[in-house]
Amino acid sequence: MSHYNPSLRPRRRFGPQRGSIRLGSIRSDRLLDGAMGMDGWEALGTGSAGSAAGWRLAARALGSGQIELGFSGSWRLSEALPSPAAIAGEFSGATRQVRLAALELADWDSALPSFAAGLIRLGAQRGIEVDPGGLPQEVQRLLAMALSVPEQKAAGRGRSGGGVLARAGAATLALLRDLPEMLRFLGEVTLAAGRLVSGRAHFRSGDVWLEIEEAGPKALPIVSVISFLVGLILAYLGADQLRLVGAQIFIADLVAIGMVREIGALMTGIIVAGRTGAAFAARLGTMQVNEEIDAFRTLGVSPIDFLVLPRVLALALMVPLLTLYAGFVGMLAGMVVALLVFDIGMFEYYTETLRALEFKHFMVGLSKGAAYGAVVAFAGCLRGMQCGRSAEAVGQAATSAVVTGILLITVVASVMTIVYYQLGI
Amino acid sequence: MAAAAPIEVRDLTLAYGDFVVQRDLNFKVNKGDVFVVMGGNGCGKTTLMRHMIGLQRPVRGAVLYSGEDFWRAGDEDQQRIKRRLGVMYQGGALWSSLTLAENVALPLGEYTGLAPQRIAEIVSFKLALVGLAGFEDFYPSELSGGMRKRAGLARAMALDPEILIVDEPSSGLDPLTARRLDDLILALRDALGTTIVVVTHDIASILAIGSDSIFLDPETHTMIATGNPAQALKSGDPRVRLFLNRGTPT
Repeated sequence: MSHYNPSLRPRRRFGPQRGSIRLGSIRSDRLLDGAMGMDGWEALGTGSAGSAAGWRLAARALGSGQIELGFSGSWRLSEALPSPAAIAGEFSGATRQVRLAALELADWDSALPSFAAGLIRLGAQRGIEVDPGGLPQEVQRLLAMALSVPEQKAAGRGRSGGGVLARAGAATLALLRDLPEMLRFLGEVTLAAGRLVSGRAHFRSGDVWLEIEEAGPKALPIVSVISFLVGLILAYLGADQLRLVGAQIFIADLVAIGMVREIGALMTGIIVAGRTGAAFAARLGTMQVNEEIDAFRTLGVSPIDFLVLPRVLALALMVPLLTLYAGFVGMLAGMVVALLVFDIGMFEYYTETLRALEFKHFMVGLSKGAAYGAVVAFAGCLRGMQCGRSAEAVGQAATSAVVTGILLITVVASVMTIVYYQLGI
Repeated sequence: MAAAAPIEVRDLTLAYGDFVVQRDLNFKVNKGDVFVVMGGNGCGKTTLMRHMIGLQRPVRGAVLYSGEDFWRAGDEDQQRIKRRLGVMYQGGALWSSLTLAENVALPLGEYTGLAPQRIAEIVSFKLALVGLAGFEDFYPSELSGGMRKRAGLARAMALDPEILIVDEPSSGLDPLTARRLDDLILALRDALGTTIVVVTHDIASILAIGSDSIFLDPETHTMIATGNPAQALKSGDPRVRLFLNRGTPT
């Protein structure tokens, strides 16, 4: 649709050529001297030389310090029109008033008023009065509408680009601000949990069940696949090492304790962080965008009670169960590998597993699962509640929920491992 | 023979599954009209608009642009027809990751080969037209609902479309701004010959700018052709007069 041709682009610095703007300033006095064409009009620029189709701009002097600009031809968005700055640059310092007029104006669209508005704005900066009085009525009407509302001088706008240092500083400050916010949110959730225990928390138990369904049973397929494969990897890894001492039967111990105690919980935590934590952040973030969370606040219903508590509760309940399940699937994978690849009997493997597993391993796995679930829900809800009011912010909240969730899982895992080791569990 | 009307709707039925919102819609929008689609909440105004701009396939009937059936046209033809339309959505529907200037510049950058500097100039002018001069670098989330709506109009008219379809232009705007927007719509029509379809229930604006109209009746689930709204107020269908009188029987 566009007839734009870069070669028609007006250039100021070079001599007359196709589509060029004539060099030299329009000086009203010089124009008065008679260095002008018929009727005093002097061509100032044209879109496509000679053809009637393009835009044409001419100028003439009216009186001292007064110029008239005449518009002819086609002034459309699709034309390679000159920039108002280029034309305004041609006015001499003595110019006080510029009148815009239609000469043989064939057709135009919003490109014409937009060009005129540009001239008016530039003129105002230089103390030149630009009068669109000679343009078609409709153009004048649009111009009047555009100029009737004064431009907002927006203070302190512009993006905080800055150098690398400035950005690094801003990021550090944001990180430092993040920690107290996290602690405050943790405090709020703790208080809400207190209200829950004393039976004064406002939320609907149906919500908990919905979240439980969403986070638990619906995660089974992905948890199955991943824990089966992880169990399989563990078995191969163990087999390779244990072969050196000729004790391949201990694959069962390795897989059982590894899956039940650590890896089941860890993999489940990471799956849930990606699956449910991100969903929490996106959901709460969208509610933030829709002012739903504000509506809860003004109603005096704590959004923490109503939205965060059911989610934290659901994950803290579901992740341990998923962990348990992941452990069993992992052990199953170990048994399959042992049976098919390393020729260990099924019964042998089974008794060895039973011998290796102690109750405390289950307790460690379950407690870790519960902790991971809680921190994932915490991170998801925190980022959702902190969400800004745009689609982009919702995306950032979801990303940040996963990152924070996995980070917190790692921190909690380390602390718990050290504590359990010290306690000899 | 006169050229086909810019928009013609024939036997259109709007439905969600089994639920028929409106049926047997027949109307023509002539060039230079300010065509008002009016009706109460939930009568299917926005649904009709979504069918007209190609977002929702009608269950039955056709939407014709200059005689060309939109829903029977191929992908490329549909694209070409859509390029003739400028649409302002109810909530503005600005892209939240872009500033106002970038929002308005995007169609220009996409469909014209204009230099960035000229685009910037046109964008400033269009934003000034809707009273948002100086807000170029704001993000939509930093603006009020009314400002977003106006910026949405600036984006809709970025390419000087032949047909401008606006959904609820004045709801959520103060009376003066709403009036300004009405004036702008008329000025655009006069200046550029734009054909305008306005979906609204704002009576002041219906009476001020409408040159032709239909009323979507939520009870019979079909339309009443009402012609010029000012005329309809005086001597139209009683249901329409009731609507235009804000429920006061005449």
